[in-house]
Amino acid sequence: MSDVVVIGAGMVGAACAYYAARAGLDVTVVDRGPVAGGTSGAGEGNLLVSDKPPGPELDLMLVSLARWAELDADVGGFEFEHKGGLMVAATAAGVAELNALVEAHRALGVQAELVDDAREREPELAPGLAGGAFYPQDAQVQPALAAARLLHAAGLAVRTGEVTGLDLRGDRVVGVRLGDDVIPAEHVVNAAGVWSGELSRAFGAPVPIEPRRGFVLVTEPMPPIIRHKVYAAEYVADVASGDADLQASAVVEGTPAGPILIGASRERVGFDAGRPLGVLRRLAAQAVALFPVLAGVHTLRAYRGFRPYCADHLPIIGPDPRRPGLFHACGHEGAGIGLAPATGELIAALITGTPPALDPAPYAAVRFAA
Amino acid sequence: MTATMMTFTFEGRSVTAEPGQSVAAALWADGVRSWRRTRQGGQPRGLFCGIGVCFDCLVVVNGVAGQRACLVGVRNGDVVQAQP
Amino acid sequence: MIRYDVAVVGGGPAGLAAATAAVRRDARVAIVDAAPRLGGQYWRHRPGAEPAELRQARSAADHLPNSPVWFVEPGPGSGFRLHSPGGPVRADQIVLATGAHDRSLPFPGWTLPGVVTAGGAQALLKGHGVLVGRRVAVAGAGPFLLVVAAGLAEAGATVVGVFEAGRLRGYAGHPRALSPAKLIEGGHYARVLARHRVPYRRGHVVVAAHGDESVEAITVACGDRQRRIEVDALAISYGFAPQLELAVALGCDTRLDVDGSLVVAVDVDQRTSVPGVFAAGEVTGVGGSVLAQLEGGVAGCAVTGQAVDPRVRRKRNHARRFAAVMHDVHRPPAWIERLADDTLVCRCEEVSYKSLKRAVDLGATDTRAAKLLSRVGMGWCQGRTCGPVVACLTAHLNGRAPTVADHATFANRPIAQPVRLGELAEPGS
Repeated sequence: MSDVVVIGAGMVGAACAYYAARAGLDVTVVDRGPVAGGTSGAGEGNLLVSDKPPGPELDLMLVSLARWAELDADVGGFEFEHKGGLMVAATAAGVAELNALVEAHRALGVQAELVDDAREREPELAPGLAGGAFYPQDAQVQPALAAARLLHAAGLAVRTGEVTGLDLRGDRVVGVRLGDDVIPAEHVVNAAGVWSGELSRAFGAPVPIEPRRGFVLVTEPMPPIIRHKVYAAEYVADVASGDADLQASAVVEGTPAGPILIGASRERVGFDAGRPLGVLRRLAAQAVALFPVLAGVHTLRAYRGFRPYCADHLPIIGPDPRRPGLFHACGHEGAGIGLAPATGELIAALITGTPPALDPAPYAAVRFAA
Repeated sequence: MTATMMTFTFEGRSVTAEPGQSVAAALWADGVRSWRRTRQGGQPRGLFCGIGVCFDCLVVVNGVAGQRACLVGVRNGDVVQAQP
Repeated sequence: MIRYDVAVVGGGPAGLAAATAAVRRDARVAIVDAAPRLGGQYWRHRPGAEPAELRQARSAADHLPNSPVWFVEPGPGSGFRLHSPGGPVRADQIVLATGAHDRSLPFPGWTLPGVVTAGGAQALLKGHGVLVGRRVAVAGAGPFLLVVAAGLAEAGATVVGVFEAGRLRGYAGHPRALSPAKLIEGGHYARVLARHRVPYRRGHVVVAAHGDESVEAITVACGDRQRRIEVDALAISYGFAPQLELAVALGCDTRLDVDGSLVVAVDVDQRTSVPGVFAAGEVTGVGGSVLAQLEGGVAGCAVTGQAVDPRVRRKRNHARRFAAVMHDVHRPPAWIERLADDTLVCRCEEVSYKSLKRAVDLGATDTRAAKLLSRVGMGWCQGRTCGPVVACLTAHLNGRAPTVADHATFANRPIAQPVRLGELAEPGS
């Protein structure tokens, strides 16, 4: 009998498993594919404070950022890099909004500074930008490696199989059905990312998670011409948007391996895989607008991912009162890598009944369990 | 053929080519077997697949990086440099 | 933008045969080809030395040279749109004849300059008039070794040997699959090699290449015996890997062929699983130029609604059976156990066999995870060179046989060719 079965071997599931194992619990991780086979393997690995306005998501991120530094020291091997984020604005109105954001962030202890000439930090930026803000805490990891290393450090291997349902005694969870098998368990964590909505319905405890499609363009390997994560201030509005239509404001960054990554479009089109050329063109155009030098740089690859989008833009972390023993750890949308450690730590605390690092109330599943 | 021979420079040195020859073929004929170092191990690389598939033979032609030497044809006066 | 009835992608034997057949129905046909000159890898020629087959196809169809297709998409409305540096092309239907490139297997020293693919040595000679070396070994598996070695010997190179991994006992067991034409062709190359006193060694495998800045010697093994041979170039080929990215991008069903390659699945009329998309030549299974032309002919008829001549179909089926025998006889040798820990599997990202093993230890149960955890196949060539190898190694390290999914990971390249961001950003491109 496992104390905990974690469904999902992505970044969030791996963090839940890692912190649960560290709390002394007996943990089993199940997934239908390999580690980081879903959204975690299709993203840039952003650990961003800059794109989160003050609120519960930022609170979770600030705890997470501290945990990421610990994980880098304790586990490591996942290319943790404090590259810093540079947000730029093209217009005076944009700069005014940035001013307000920086001020609000600084009041909460976030490191942020206004930048008059963004080209002093990124010489290849287009001329004529009105201003910018620099966030030294913004960081990055290689998400697939991070998930794999955390599981490895916890001594956990992924058990492969398709979860078909919960094993219940009354409403109480006593196990997970994996194909024809049942894994007896006292606690089950739904960390199935973009598929967690579908699973939650199968479990009779639905939470509103749906896929939001995104693309990332990858360039040829380059000498380090772009040092930070650079994006236009409009990106923050896109992240917070509930609009189903295409949002695209390019986030451009260099990587230690050489390629430049250009994200991050957002569309709610279900699991539709088709017709991405318009999106790719927009990402390319915006990247070239930010960095004219990129016009001559080749893109080698585009990859597609589906972010687990939650209707109110907050992850769902905590027990589901409809199914005692079931916990959700899902709905992080594009911030799942960044928010994973704090999420995993919170889940472990809630399972073991130890005091959590921050108030879990804003993320509670109960908001959808009426 | 001599009357129509073309000339280009590779890392500042003059190399001749026949019309229609690729940069890779002209370099090879000139005795150059590698024209790039790998980014991690610093290993020499030159021609491998010869048909534009493997991207081992990258060069900078007239300032434009990332050109496949096996595909790009020599033009008179080209300035060819090693891919960084 | 001109709207074509048929866009044939690829100007090699299959594509030219498809175009030639399709224009018989007065169809408006474009041959969209990556190369500056028609002919593909098979009819390589110097400028001004165009074979007759090419002139005929070129006069009937619109030839769009220097047009590597970097993106293909259905619509708008019916039909397809193909994007290349030459500008977009619209077509009601597509014949994919994108061909294949040499399949490489890694071994210690295979990244040394002077070690080239057999196709590379051939392209250098036929396309550019340059000898790959003065003292050359030709090695691998397959009849193509004979062609390359004969060409090099005729052009003045000293070919120290042709080292064929197969023992070639199999041909005798399949007399019905052998056509007289094939035997005569094989005999021609064998005579050229004999005239130049080039040894042809069966059951021999090049297991290492040695040198610092360039290859200086190779080690050839036959069973337990090994010997070192001085060379200044090694041309190597273990069959061919079809170029599938456009087929995969269009959603065509794929399958594993008898040689272990991922290929496009087609019906008797060369139709893929996607309506309006046909495929011919090496992309449907490696089989050489004769089979490719027959398939192209069938595809060109079927795509324009012409009845396919049953004799052509029979010839094609026969050639396909011959190809299966060829693959069976020229099997690549056991290569995995010859890899050293520091042998590079992925040339672009310099990922060693040891790094790949580490990725599998970290939980890479499939090739996508292997890629994510080791960077294998993430570089410039996007797994074109190492993809089939990584699919086999990942499966092997997980104790299973490679699957369609293992191979499809690397064939999945929605951006089929590198494209400049400035060009991608251009709405009309």
